[in-house]
Amino acid sequence: MSTASVPLPNWINYALLPLINLTLAFLVSGLVVWIIGENPWEALQLMLQGALGRGEGIGFTLFYATNFIFTGLSVAVAYHAGLFNIGSEGQAYVGGLGAALAALALDHYVPWYVTMPFAVLGAALFGAAWALIPALLQAKRGSHIVITTIMFNFIGAALMVYLLVNVFIVPGKMAPETRTFLEGGQLPKLDWLIAMFGGKLGPAPFNVSFLIALVMCVVVWVLIWRTKLGFEMRTMGLSRSAADYAGISYTRIVVITMLISGGLAGMMALNPVLGASARLQVEFVGGAGFVGIAVSLMGRNHPLGIIIAAILFGVLYQGGAELSFDMPNITRDMIVVIQGLVILFAGALEFMCRPMIVRAYQTFVKG
Amino acid sequence: MDSFDILISILGSTIRLSIPLIFTALAGLFSERAGIFDIGLEGKMLAAAFAAACTAHLTGSAWAGLCAGLGISLFFSLIHGFASITNRGNQIISGVALNFVAAGLTVVLGQAWFGQGGRTPQVTNDGRFAPIILPGADAMRDVPFIGPIYANVISGNNILTYIAFLAVPLSWWVLYRTRFGLRLRAVGENPGAVDTAGISVTFLRYRAVLVAGFLCGFSGTYLAIAQSAAFIKDMSAGKGYIALAALIFAKWKPVPVMFACLLFGFLDALANFMQGKAVPGIGEVPVQIFQALPYILTCILLAGFIGAANPPKAGGVPYTKER
Repeated sequence: MSTASVPLPNWINYALLPLINLTLAFLVSGLVVWIIGENPWEALQLMLQGALGRGEGIGFTLFYATNFIFTGLSVAVAYHAGLFNIGSEGQAYVGGLGAALAALALDHYVPWYVTMPFAVLGAALFGAAWALIPALLQAKRGSHIVITTIMFNFIGAALMVYLLVNVFIVPGKMAPETRTFLEGGQLPKLDWLIAMFGGKLGPAPFNVSFLIALVMCVVVWVLIWRTKLGFEMRTMGLSRSAADYAGISYTRIVVITMLISGGLAGMMALNPVLGASARLQVEFVGGAGFVGIAVSLMGRNHPLGIIIAAILFGVLYQGGAELSFDMPNITRDMIVVIQGLVILFAGALEFMCRPMIVRAYQTFVKG
Repeated sequence: MDSFDILISILGSTIRLSIPLIFTALAGLFSERAGIFDIGLEGKMLAAAFAAACTAHLTGSAWAGLCAGLGISLFFSLIHGFASITNRGNQIISGVALNFVAAGLTVVLGQAWFGQGGRTPQVTNDGRFAPIILPGADAMRDVPFIGPIYANVISGNNILTYIAFLAVPLSWWVLYRTRFGLRLRAVGENPGAVDTAGISVTFLRYRAVLVAGFLCGFSGTYLAIAQSAAFIKDMSAGKGYIALAALIFAKWKPVPVMFACLLFGFLDALANFMQGKAVPGIGEVPVQIFQALPYILTCILLAGFIGAANPPKAGGVPYTKER
């Protein structure tokens, strides 16, 4: 019997194997640090110190993590239905438009908690709309969703630059961005949450969107594992033909799944747009859509795993920023390398170590 | 400038902007025809550009730069092959990962080695591929119409440009007139049949991704030391994805690939030219429309509105031998 078909217990499949892959990714990253003449161990310590040492660092870490929870959930929901959504980046970008419109329209008149539901709705609607066309193309015309979502990332970027440069720009200013939202369009910070643990948030933009992200994790969990729709999505993800025989409409599931996925990606915009900079800026997504792919892969497409993976990437982002202060040789782009390696080992080379583990398991555990 | 001069200048930049697309799209062609999706074209291009610029800077030789570009691009291809052929991993995920690694690593190493914010130092003229003046270009310059086109569009390009245009018929010949090409196309349609015929699917696919790496090496080198004289952070700027779009647009065929790349290059050149200029009757056309046009066209094509674009049947599916 080949090693590929040997069943392994859950703790190996869902904990040990990802951990090994993650370790490999970090080992190779350490190798890169060593090649450019720095001490990897020291770099790791500086990174953890910067990300988790003080209240401010934690605030930044959780701020980044919030972005990644949204995009991670977005990728995961699509993945459960067998769709690989590479378009979270573009969906989040366009989602920012919906969030910003709500804030621009309401911030003069109402406090933030009235604006927030509209901003959430706007972000989700615009994000979903950006996923709708690729979804329809996949469902109705058989165009590969990976290709169309990539194309839509670029189209979305072009659209947003156009809008910011020609429509939303504040007259007399050079920067392509909207006006700064008033207090009614800003999400309050969660300094009390950090203060509960005895830290001080300082200037870190950790805000209410984090709580929305956690709520969405629960919502996604319920949706995927506790509803009929989720069951149908997972069925289609496992076997399209089985879903067809069970009378599950392919078109319907693809479109609904992508709308949900795009909506989640769009909601990511709340955090940077309403929570941090209080204005819509060019390229505010900053690759979070792609990080979502890594987060979803590492978190095994489960909300709980996604939270853990998102925080890990938050640590990387915040720690990496601090690291580049202390070790000027290591730029922030080191994060991108680590991210790529995590995607490579946890995703593409997912089963590289499996045969070895199976052999070890058969020798040591089963005897 | 009269309109003929403008046309000549736009055609000239169309050629220059199309060359990296042609190499990269042909790379994708070989890989996808063998059933291996390659989202990582962008990354290979970027890595090759960086290696070429570094080596050309250090050795002062453009050819050494080319060799380094080819080498690193082949190495990335081998990783992609290892992940998607040997380990049967997800080809899309592997490609995305390699794009990240290349985008990050080039800047990190560039900063660590040269300390110029991720750039490499300027390459000297010996380290670049210089323009080649074709025989008779100067003599022909005064011939009306044909003269300027010959002198400014056809002549005066560097050797990589001519290699790109040679690579197109060569790719056609390899794919459609050699045994390797026949088998390569077969393995992208029906790997089971190829396996039954006693031909190794694995070996064939590895050779296909290596050809892809080879061609991406050329495009990266072109970016770094033919078009410019240094590596700049993220200098491939989405060209790998445009090449992918061109590949789909050309329906996975070599000669149409060239024309699709020329079209996209033309759009790019036109966008540069049109910046800030008004079109009579329409007004100023936003430059973003030109930038988005290749992607929009590809989506329309993929939707089957201008003819069906059918990818190779076994594309993206790892081959598992029956046990």
